[in-house]
Amino acid sequence: MLNSKIPAGKLEEKWVDYKGHCKLVNPANKRKMEVIVVGTGLAGASAAASLGELGYKVKAFCFQDSPRRAHSIAAQGGINAAKNYQNDGDSVFRLFYDTIKGGDYRAREANVHRLAEVSGNIIDQCVAQGVPFAREYGGLLSNRSFGGTQVQRTFYAAGQTGQQLLIGAYQALERQVALGNVTMHSRHEMLDVVKIDGKAKGIIARNLITGELEKHFGYAVLLCTGGYGNVFYLSTNAMGSNVTAAWKAHKQGAYFANPCFTQIHPTCIPVSGDHQSKLTLMSESLRNDGRIWVPKNLDEKRKANEIPEEDRDYFLERRYPAFGNLVPRDVASRAAKERCDAGHGVGTSKQAVYLDYAAAIERYGKIEVSKQGLSNVSTEEITAMGKEVVKEKYGNLFNMYAKITGENPYEVPMRIYPAVHYTMGGLWVDYELQTNVPGLYALGEANFSDHGANRLGASALMQGLADGYFVIPYTLGNNLADEIYNTPIPTSHPAFEAAEKAVAERIQTLKNINGKQSVESFHKRLGKIIWNECGMSRSEAGLKKAIADVQALKKEFWSDVRIPGEINEYNPELDKANRVADFIELGELMCVDALNRNESCGGHFREEYQTPDGEALRDDENFMYVAAWETTGEHQWQLHKEELKYEVIKPSQRNYK
Amino acid sequence: MSSKNMFTSSVGKKLVMAFTGIFLILFLIVHAGLNACIWANDEGLMFNKAAHFMGSFVVPRVLEIGLFVGIILHIVQGYMLTLENRSKRSVGYAVNYAKGSKWYSRSMALLGTLLLMFLVMHIYHFWTPSRLGGMAGIKSLTVFDKNGVEYHNLYAEMKLVFENVFVVILYVLACGSLAYHLAHGFQSAFKTIGIHNKRYHALISTIGYGFAILIPLAFAMMPISFYFNLVK
Amino acid sequence: MSHNNMNLKLKVWRQKNANTTGAFVKYDVNDISDEMSFLEMLDVLNEKLIVTGEEPIAFDHDCREGICGMCSLYIDGKPHGPWQANTTCQLHMRAFKDGDTITIEPWRSNAFPIVKDLTVDRGAFDRIIQAGGYVSVNTGNAVDGNSLPINKDDADASFAAAMCIGCGACVAACKNSSAMLFLSAKVSHLALLPQGEPERKSRVLNMVAQMDKEGFGSCTNTGACEAACPKEISIANIARLNKEYLRAGLTAE
Repeated sequence: MLNSKIPAGKLEEKWVDYKGHCKLVNPANKRKMEVIVVGTGLAGASAAASLGELGYKVKAFCFQDSPRRAHSIAAQGGINAAKNYQNDGDSVFRLFYDTIKGGDYRAREANVHRLAEVSGNIIDQCVAQGVPFAREYGGLLSNRSFGGTQVQRTFYAAGQTGQQLLIGAYQALERQVALGNVTMHSRHEMLDVVKIDGKAKGIIARNLITGELEKHFGYAVLLCTGGYGNVFYLSTNAMGSNVTAAWKAHKQGAYFANPCFTQIHPTCIPVSGDHQSKLTLMSESLRNDGRIWVPKNLDEKRKANEIPEEDRDYFLERRYPAFGNLVPRDVASRAAKERCDAGHGVGTSKQAVYLDYAAAIERYGKIEVSKQGLSNVSTEEITAMGKEVVKEKYGNLFNMYAKITGENPYEVPMRIYPAVHYTMGGLWVDYELQTNVPGLYALGEANFSDHGANRLGASALMQGLADGYFVIPYTLGNNLADEIYNTPIPTSHPAFEAAEKAVAERIQTLKNINGKQSVESFHKRLGKIIWNECGMSRSEAGLKKAIADVQALKKEFWSDVRIPGEINEYNPELDKANRVADFIELGELMCVDALNRNESCGGHFREEYQTPDGEALRDDENFMYVAAWETTGEHQWQLHKEELKYEVIKPSQRNYK
Repeated sequence: MSSKNMFTSSVGKKLVMAFTGIFLILFLIVHAGLNACIWANDEGLMFNKAAHFMGSFVVPRVLEIGLFVGIILHIVQGYMLTLENRSKRSVGYAVNYAKGSKWYSRSMALLGTLLLMFLVMHIYHFWTPSRLGGMAGIKSLTVFDKNGVEYHNLYAEMKLVFENVFVVILYVLACGSLAYHLAHGFQSAFKTIGIHNKRYHALISTIGYGFAILIPLAFAMMPISFYFNLVK
Repeated sequence: MSHNNMNLKLKVWRQKNANTTGAFVKYDVNDISDEMSFLEMLDVLNEKLIVTGEEPIAFDHDCREGICGMCSLYIDGKPHGPWQANTTCQLHMRAFKDGDTITIEPWRSNAFPIVKDLTVDRGAFDRIIQAGGYVSVNTGNAVDGNSLPINKDDADASFAAAMCIGCGACVAACKNSSAMLFLSAKVSHLALLPQGEPERKSRVLNMVAQMDKEGFGSCTNTGACEAACPKEISIANIARLNKEYLRAGLTAE
């Protein structure tokens, strides 16, 4: 049984108690202790900066050309915090409760409560750094509501909250670089964790410009390397986002928890063809006014506007008359997939549904007419007025859509399709964010901890920064206090040499395959397998087939991949090959996990486990646990369970009706 | 960084360009104002009086030294900046980015060089004879006597110089260079000294374009007026 | 709706690494759909190159949704290609027509040395930020977020400057390779907020000094940077930087 090291005591006192009693490292010793931080997104940059401020000697690594590029930058909506500035009844408990419930009761209470507790500090810290949050005319911070919560607790900076928060953390990080507390290694990729006497003591990193392997010692290794959504090939993740660091840790013994918990966002711009490399998210708010439909006829040839009302299927309104187009993300996503699978999809790829604003434009137009007290208004004038209103509300999103698709969404219905954009699963960590490998930590999206089976909107940014700014500085110290008696290990230690050799051999092996197929083509095929069988809905038969397919793909990859260029030079294809090789292995584990979890919860929907009306059917009796997988050999994993004990909240069936 | 090298950093050097530029803009107003006296149609009396005042009174003479310092600074700094800036891109583009900016904004050094060449000619035509007296090759100035006071007859000199159609053309072309140099330089100078307020900036842009048209136009009209005998 | 109808000729700068000289290489790409993004068109070409045993073209890219600032490319004489207020990753092939020849060059500036082909090293931007592009506040020092009201116009202007994605298009567009738009965006972002006030003077002086050290040129207000900026950062920020500089320089001890 896994020990999550949750402190004893009442839920709301656990973190306070922990902070009051955790061990400390004195400043003179901190100066002697090197800490490795891999990844410089919100979690990594905030951790590296905060630890640097404390006096640790931090070495930070990122594969991009600058820490400012990390994919946290793409988050749009906002960041939650239980500030209750709006006097609308928010509190730490309510944020905690919403997050647990939103996660479909598969998250750890103590972690989530701590997250809610520090959420307010995050906002204060960011404001102090100069993050230009949106403000009201009185000069105070503005909030908006988000993701179906009943309070306004989301702080935002237009549609670029992630960017602004990341720039804040990046600036704090660069300040520590200037002060000499942090050494930044950009365009470096971690390719293995070095373990000595069972503890993580360093990493092997590859300089992506020269191809050289480097050995780095650290008293602790923090993985802040984000999620693994790119296992699907097509996702809203950045092209470079990968699972490699987390996967190497897994191969070194760290457990991978709940890998099948992935989140699919319903409103993305759909795939336009086989060439497609990446998907773009559009704010969920579009579903407030748009109507979603597909043509009733299979093989419909007419353009959207020429299809008469009686030939349209407003499938969400039909299937969910109570919630209509506003059903939760997972339900909307699955329903769209079902229609497309049945052959009703639209667009070039037939993998899209219409999101139609014609009705909203007319409705708003009529409201304007009555507002202005006009009479004898022509239909054209009503439409024009309606378009103005829609433009005011959604103009920037419509512009983005027009730029990408070349279509005018004011005139023709938008095409949307669900896309992968977040992974709740990740490395298993205890309350201190330490994996089961001592000295190895995982922060942010890279760990599994706070979102259970489904993440609420505007909570990812909160978790990344909570882990980096306010959790790890305490929990790391608590563990490093015992390490001060150990002198730094020179990288000439046999363990480092062996690890470096193994990495070099793997790269050489990859390069030597010299087959016929490109890395990208393998990645695409992997994505299709995982998307079809371990995507929005999963079944036993499908998952079994997927496991076999992935295993076959792995074999083919290792015998027929072609990597051009040399090892000792800037070679993005080689970098990609390393990552895709890991994605393939992870893909298999995702299917194994999904197959094991004989229930539906949050983002994990097993077709066999649903209520008669198609809702997710949880099985709390048998599956109220975190599935932490230990690798035991090729294609082999052992399951370790962490029971989830709900002491404060009583789990109930989520009900949308 | 201390304030010591305030004027030697990239921004500092631009400040020097801006301050000297604005000083030269002020000079242009004075110069154009004085020269406009030729249109008094009094056979240059008023003009020669003004020129005499500028040449004999101590304040303008001191300012004149400032003017030369300013011009030299503007020229030297301008060339140094241009060379320095060019050195920042050793390998150029195959296709240049022409749409993002005005050609004259990109061609300040060229326009400035044209103006410098003009300036040499201009000084040779007027300033040297007036200040240093007649030089070989130039017809010495007739002394113009009115009410017992002696003036250098610059008016006559202008008349003489602008009899030559090539000189007139060169002067008009130089005014064109000046117009474009000012079209960019005027508003750029104010940006460089830190006018960022939108309202003021719009105002300065408008004034700048007006200035860039009116002042060179006024100057260009002078040789034209003489050549076509429009002044008496 | 598929329009696999474009055949294009590409003229791409190829350069093995920073120590070698490069040259343009011509490629034909066929059956390009106008629904593709520009980078996807390059993906198609790269796939072809890999299969035929040639080295693919190296270019920087990551988020492909116009926010990370990693993509670059100087396309047909304009950073980020022909569209306004756009990054290369969001440029779509609709912008071109069948038979076009497209010239693709890397950002050209000595301060951005070429890594390979179209990839350049923009580390200079990080070092400029290190010189002072931050507020010196350690984690845990902050007062309540609402303890200091900020005029909404200032907050909005600060945000507009903070939108900079650090892509370097301003440098690439500028005939002087000046980084002033980038620098001024950061100086403005922080100068407009009360949190930036304590370090206001040292920040601008130190950041300008670092910019000069990195080998960028000086600003001549041509406006090319603003025209090329994918986030439409205003050139007024440069004027504000100048003011900050003058103020700091004149009042420094």
